[in-house]
Amino acid sequence: MNLAELPGEALARRLEGKGILLQTGPFTVRIHSRVEGFTQQFRRFYASFPVVSEPAIADFHVRLIMPGGIRRRWRPQVLLLLDGQEVFLPYPLSHAFPLFEWGLNWAIAMQAHQYLMLHSAAVETAGKVMLLPAWPGSGKSTLCAALVSRGWRLFSDEFGLVRIDDGLLVPLPRPTPLKNKSIDVIREFAPGLEFGPAFHGTRKGTVAHLRTPDASVAQAHITAPPGWLVFPRYQAGVPLSLKPIARPQAFLKLANNSFNYQLLGLHGFQAVTRLVRHCDCYILSYSDLDEAIIKLNQLTDT
Amino acid sequence: MMANRKNGYRGTGILLTALREPGRMMGFEPGEWDLLLRVARHTRLLGRLAVIVDEAGEMEQLPASVRDHFKAARVFVTHYQRTARWEINRILAALEGDDVPLVLLKGGAYILAGLPPSRGRLLSDVDLLVPRELLDSFEQTLLAHGWESVKLEEYDQRYYRTWMHELPPLSHPERGLEVDIHHTISPLTSRLNPDPEKLFRDSISLADKRLRVLQPVDMVLHSAVHLFHDGEFINGLRDLVDLADLFQHFGKHADFWEKLVGRARSQGLLRPLFYALRYTKRLLAAELPDSVVAAAGEGAPSGPILRLMDNLIEAVMIPEHPDFPRRRRAAAQWLLYVRSHWLRMPPGMLLQHLARKKIMRWRQRKTIARTSAQGSR
Repeated sequence: MNLAELPGEALARRLEGKGILLQTGPFTVRIHSRVEGFTQQFRRFYASFPVVSEPAIADFHVRLIMPGGIRRRWRPQVLLLLDGQEVFLPYPLSHAFPLFEWGLNWAIAMQAHQYLMLHSAAVETAGKVMLLPAWPGSGKSTLCAALVSRGWRLFSDEFGLVRIDDGLLVPLPRPTPLKNKSIDVIREFAPGLEFGPAFHGTRKGTVAHLRTPDASVAQAHITAPPGWLVFPRYQAGVPLSLKPIARPQAFLKLANNSFNYQLLGLHGFQAVTRLVRHCDCYILSYSDLDEAIIKLNQLTDT
Repeated sequence: MMANRKNGYRGTGILLTALREPGRMMGFEPGEWDLLLRVARHTRLLGRLAVIVDEAGEMEQLPASVRDHFKAARVFVTHYQRTARWEINRILAALEGDDVPLVLLKGGAYILAGLPPSRGRLLSDVDLLVPRELLDSFEQTLLAHGWESVKLEEYDQRYYRTWMHELPPLSHPERGLEVDIHHTISPLTSRLNPDPEKLFRDSISLADKRLRVLQPVDMVLHSAVHLFHDGEFINGLRDLVDLADLFQHFGKHADFWEKLVGRARSQGLLRPLFYALRYTKRLLAAELPDSVVAAAGEGAPSGPILRLMDNLIEAVMIPEHPDFPRRRRAAAQWLLYVRSHWLRMPPGMLLQHLARKKIMRWRQRKTIARTSAQGSR
């Protein structure tokens, strides 16, 4: 069963009661919420995601609550509890959905050390994954959204999950958050994509989420080997260039980009080594999305 | 809601069941696993369960997601143990061959001596025991090699140096692990007053001759003093598991028990020993010789105090259901915290100290909340 098959009323009741068990990629998340407005947004973004039937083992327990007292009426807030613990300061009530998204990302990054976790977008074509590892501001999400709009399968916008045992990439499709200028860039570039509401004044500025393509959710259990490592660098006005880089350099960049390279010790070293050995490694500088996509399509066609 | 509450109370015992009778885990239902994983993570015992299951060769029989949690927990443990070993390595390097008798305590000792409590054990600091007369020069050596004081408030500095059995913690900014340097095992003003010289004299050197650990009976006594008299019950159950492990491991040698009671008596540590025996037996079903339990009874407090301690200790040791925390636990934790300070300083001083700590903690919590919010992605 997926979330859309659950009538709105029933979903709200479940969220307020024993919680919804949502499947996202390899993870099962138990979600509780008693927060006005969250249910509709959650339903919209996760409509095609599978609901796991009880009883099940949840990997994460996320609970959204409204702090009581005066804050209920005066500038109401929302608080996220991860496994019963407060880890963030409260957000304005209207930002419940982005808070949920960040909270879940944070929980995954802190806990899922059975994987090498890269801070990377991942998209698949022809059975192989292109990793786009980058820190915020380099246009990773924008490029990822643009590729997905042109038919690439979305693996993940935020996490490159590499399985330690076999080096395969594990999909973790979720809504893609676009920030500030990239919202309009993608609206213009791919008018067909479905955006949610814009959240203004978050700590990353304005954020709007793209709905995860249904096909990507439906294939969330299909892993794939890595094929290409492309470090994106958006810079206004620069000519397009796709420069191969040497494996040692790619290794260092990738190790630095990982959430848990250090933690994994030898296994981290081996996983990153295997990745750079199996991939062609490039730095992509771009200012024009169309040009960039043509170039990347050429790369993967050959 | 009723169902949830019931679930909550059932939840509180599940971790103890898993620790006492690991075999029972193999029959757990998904709902029980869900709760066990959460509770074990909160009490920092997830890695421990992973090791137990692994040693029993039963990992493959578990649900895939449980295996993943165990795998991740072991990654975490391995990392922290490696970090601790490296910190100790760096301390030895900083000493450049100076002959300071370094006695490792607690986690660091268990890991480097390869003792059973190290299995799956997390640790967040390295604890060392150094003779008091070498304390200053040792601290200076570390400061000269880049370690820095973690507690920068002047009050904290003074508090540690005047009242405590350890220096204000140090840490190296490149690594971040805390180093706690002790010169004895209980606070200076405490009613317990074991002789640190005996501890050094009878300590045992490891394969690396520059490092030492306490002899078995002292290791147990220190672990007991730390757990029942330091007032930090955050990792209480984990520390109790350490004690149960040590009892089981050292208890195989015939003379251990006799020596243990004798040492506790001569060092004035019968009270903490009494508690260690009582609660490892009650909560973790440790197998202890009756004669030893009887002999340590000499250290028991009066009836009413004992009943109070039973209640408080069980309230802080038996983990809560994460979704249904009870006030009782927080209250018990606070009472034990106050008790530990009561044992360590005169009443006037105590009131003043608790008030100051309250204010400082409140300030700190604000900063922590802010940093963690910024650290998120």
